[in-house]
Amino acid sequence: MNTTLRRLASVVMVMFLALMVSTSWVQYVQADKLNNDNRNVRKIYREYGNARGPIVVGDQPVAASTPVDSPFGYQRVYADGDPQRAQMYAPVTGFYSLVNGTTMIERSENSFLNGQADALWVSRLQNLLTGRKTEGSSVELTIDPAVQQAAWDALGDQRGAVVAVEPSTGKILAMVSKPSYDPNVLAVHSTREAGAAYQELLNADGNPMTNRAISTHYPPGSTFKLVDAAAALESGTYQADSSIPAPHRYTLPGTRTELRNFGDEVCSPTDEMSLADALRISCNTAFADLGVQLGGDAIREQAEKFGFGSRFEIPMSSAASNYPAAGDAFTPDRVALSAIGQGDVATTPLQVAMISAAIANGGELMQPYLVQTVRDPSLEVVQDASPRKVRDAVSPSTASALTDMMVGVVRNGTGTAAQIPGVDVAGKSGTAQTAPNTPPHTWFTAFAPAQDPQVAVAVVVENGGTLSNEATGGRVAAPIARAVIQAVLGR
Amino acid sequence: MSALENVHGAPVEDERGATVAPRQRRPLRIAELFLLCVALTAGVGAFALVHLSLDGALPGSFWAQSLSLAALALGAHIVVRLRAPWADQTILPAVVLLNGLGLAMIQRIQLSGTPGAEGANAARNMQWSALGIILACLVIWFLKDHRLLRRYTYTAMIVGLVLVALPLVPGIGQRINGAQIWIHVGGLSLQPAEFAKIAFAVFFAGYLVANRDTLALAGKKVLGLQLPRLRDLGPILIVWGASLAVLVFQRDLGTSLLFFGLFVAMLYLATERFSWVLIGLLMFGGGAFAAAQAFPHVGARIDVWLHAFDPEIYNRRGGSGQVVSGLFGMANGGLFGTGWGEGYPYLVPFSFSDFIYTSLGEEIGLTGLLAVLLLYLIVVERGLRTALGVRDGFGKLLAGGLAFVVALQLFVVVGGVTRLIPLTGLTLPFMAQGGSSLLANWIIVALLLRISDSARRPSALPVRGQVGPGRKATGTREEDGDDAYARGGHEPDVETGARVVSRPGTTPTEIVRPHGDQGGDR
Repeated sequence: MNTTLRRLASVVMVMFLALMVSTSWVQYVQADKLNNDNRNVRKIYREYGNARGPIVVGDQPVAASTPVDSPFGYQRVYADGDPQRAQMYAPVTGFYSLVNGTTMIERSENSFLNGQADALWVSRLQNLLTGRKTEGSSVELTIDPAVQQAAWDALGDQRGAVVAVEPSTGKILAMVSKPSYDPNVLAVHSTREAGAAYQELLNADGNPMTNRAISTHYPPGSTFKLVDAAAALESGTYQADSSIPAPHRYTLPGTRTELRNFGDEVCSPTDEMSLADALRISCNTAFADLGVQLGGDAIREQAEKFGFGSRFEIPMSSAASNYPAAGDAFTPDRVALSAIGQGDVATTPLQVAMISAAIANGGELMQPYLVQTVRDPSLEVVQDASPRKVRDAVSPSTASALTDMMVGVVRNGTGTAAQIPGVDVAGKSGTAQTAPNTPPHTWFTAFAPAQDPQVAVAVVVENGGTLSNEATGGRVAAPIARAVIQAVLGR
Repeated sequence: MSALENVHGAPVEDERGATVAPRQRRPLRIAELFLLCVALTAGVGAFALVHLSLDGALPGSFWAQSLSLAALALGAHIVVRLRAPWADQTILPAVVLLNGLGLAMIQRIQLSGTPGAEGANAARNMQWSALGIILACLVIWFLKDHRLLRRYTYTAMIVGLVLVALPLVPGIGQRINGAQIWIHVGGLSLQPAEFAKIAFAVFFAGYLVANRDTLALAGKKVLGLQLPRLRDLGPILIVWGASLAVLVFQRDLGTSLLFFGLFVAMLYLATERFSWVLIGLLMFGGGAFAAAQAFPHVGARIDVWLHAFDPEIYNRRGGSGQVVSGLFGMANGGLFGTGWGEGYPYLVPFSFSDFIYTSLGEEIGLTGLLAVLLLYLIVVERGLRTALGVRDGFGKLLAGGLAFVVALQLFVVVGGVTRLIPLTGLTLPFMAQGGSSLLANWIIVALLLRISDSARRPSALPVRGQVGPGRKATGTREEDGDDAYARGGHEPDVETGARVVSRPGTTPTEIVRPHGDQGGDR
């Protein structure tokens, strides 16, 4: 019997080997696939069970995880549960929800917030050795709470967005979108409550969960004339004082459509005026003709230098702003309409702010960003953002000329409402038609002080805001831009 | 052989060629004591880590619980030292460690306090463990010789069949989770099949040791396979029928597989005929295939096994959700595990009983599970080693069968949760929560220790044709013809008593264990 016993022992050994292989197969070979399976609730528990790092603005957390007595361990709380403040920061923080997913900074900085980023390996190794739980890192934003508050208050109950950028670095100082929402109601753990809150916001008037500053396309209106002017100056054939045609009415080439100025005004008694004056009073007919003279390709090239056609990763992706592609459909009449920011041109508020910022920064377009510093739980700096130049959008001389022209807009043009005593403000208004019998979207973009720019800002107020059909960029949006600039400059 | 062996191997070696009776110095079992201390440290350490991780402090009852576990283990050590001093020294520590780790995991799941953990009851399982250890001590104390069990061969068969049938008796039988394998007596739920496997092992050993010649030699040879005679198939058909009955009426694939596998393995051990294995596998395979066709619950298990990640089967009620959830848990553990109390083992249904393996995998990782498998391997291989060493055929079959049934149960459970084979409802020996399983497996440990004591005890055998010095064993040997046969390792028709005489050079010690590895083999 001993022979068979030995054989049986070999069989037993094979059985054990099979078990060791199958166990290793599950826990080592297939582990990644299993861990990332969508049905694996451990993925969620694992994330929720660890303390997620806070999102910090100024010195205050605007999103933080607090321990709760539930299987998930932690509850994400925004702005200490203050609904007003939570709404003010919601377009930036986004939400972190078991049921509804994750958006904005919560999403794009997720690997730092949950402590799983590659850069945090030292911290994770320490945790492994000491037996501590993984903790998330804190993410400190570039947002200035005073500027954010000023923008939030100035926009009031109107729908729209405000973006403020530091021109020399690209730091985003404020990003406001209205209407907004309270992310706290989406972050509750109850599937039913969170799901219902999400549905309610989805159906709510004005898409409150959309971050208009980076995700919504608007016709830029007359703010796009900055691009035309830049293209004209860069072409070398035009200077700020070059005289350009400024007819009372302009017939779009190849059509019978007559283009008029705002209020059917006459730009110049001589039907000619300088480029600077055309920008100052925002003469549509002059810029439509200038656009056709420059051609769609030259304007597109200039627009793309400012960032059109590509997304800004701030780190969440903004929508790319559009200038029409070359082609048979892009006829001179469309070029003329695009030149005054109507027709096929569409931009995000962030893009408009970046145009001003590039002009303010001597022509250098800086990469806009929201995340300044990432610190691990022991407060060691893991990542610190440094300003990065994207490209030269215009030459320094063009930038300087454009700055002077924009100062003129605020001094005695369409943007006088943005004047601040003792400060040279450079700006440009915009009033964009959307549909017949609908109040226009009003714009204002500016930077200040003109000689040493600290802030560039873009404001859009949808459908004329409280002024409705009476609205122009200069009346509705310029005061908001002024309030934001004042908050930055401390006046 | 290991250094452990030499504790008592050495004096025997010294006796080589001597005419005096071997010195009967009892081993001090220092190795066992040392290993027990290691096992208790690891078990109690796991218990402490669970509490420190989940509560941040040790409970007031911690030391009382730990000391009682230590007292029980050391008590067992003392009983073994007194009553089975030559027994294997690694089995008890390995089993104590497995039991301790199992208790720590059950406690951990109970402390999670989640809805899925309501069934976990560590204190109750601690009581069952204590009862199991005490029962094992009683078996070692009162069963002085395993051969006494041979008297109850057919009683064991009847007990086994009755135990298997009990859950079907109206009134005491209970259907839990679709399987009718429980009985409910006096507030206790028991799984009689766990005890039936011991009864069947005793019956098979007794039956086969008496009938092995008929089964092995009678019958025609076809295609190189020695086929048995039809009339010898009777008891085998009974066991086959009982296994299939378990499958059909109690819906328990695992137990059915366990009984039949045990029988086929012991049949092979006894007859040395591979044809029996083939016949057995074909019969079980055919029966199982027919059952899979005829009964939806068996077929569903196969579907779950083959297509576990299929969304339709995953979401089906009674589908692969549990298996896949267990796999997710193991994957979460990875190489080193999350650490005690840091994972989410309670997300798996029955994480404290049927799926305790995945719970351990999640918290102690692949490293921990491989260690656990090696502990089982030690127990099983030491059991088989005991079978090699013991001198009587009944003991060989019983030890071999019991060791194999532990291995097979482990294979069915672990293979099931890791998707090596279809999932069945067996419990992980010594670790899973469940009184019946703990008691039955501790009895198996006691029997293995008893047989290994007999296997390793240096016996004073007759020297140069003389009758031995008249130890108790002599008397037993006379009433047990197979004993002498086993010693010679030849076919039984060779008269073994004469063999010893005819080979004067064969010293008693060589017969016992010439080089510590040959046992009684030729």
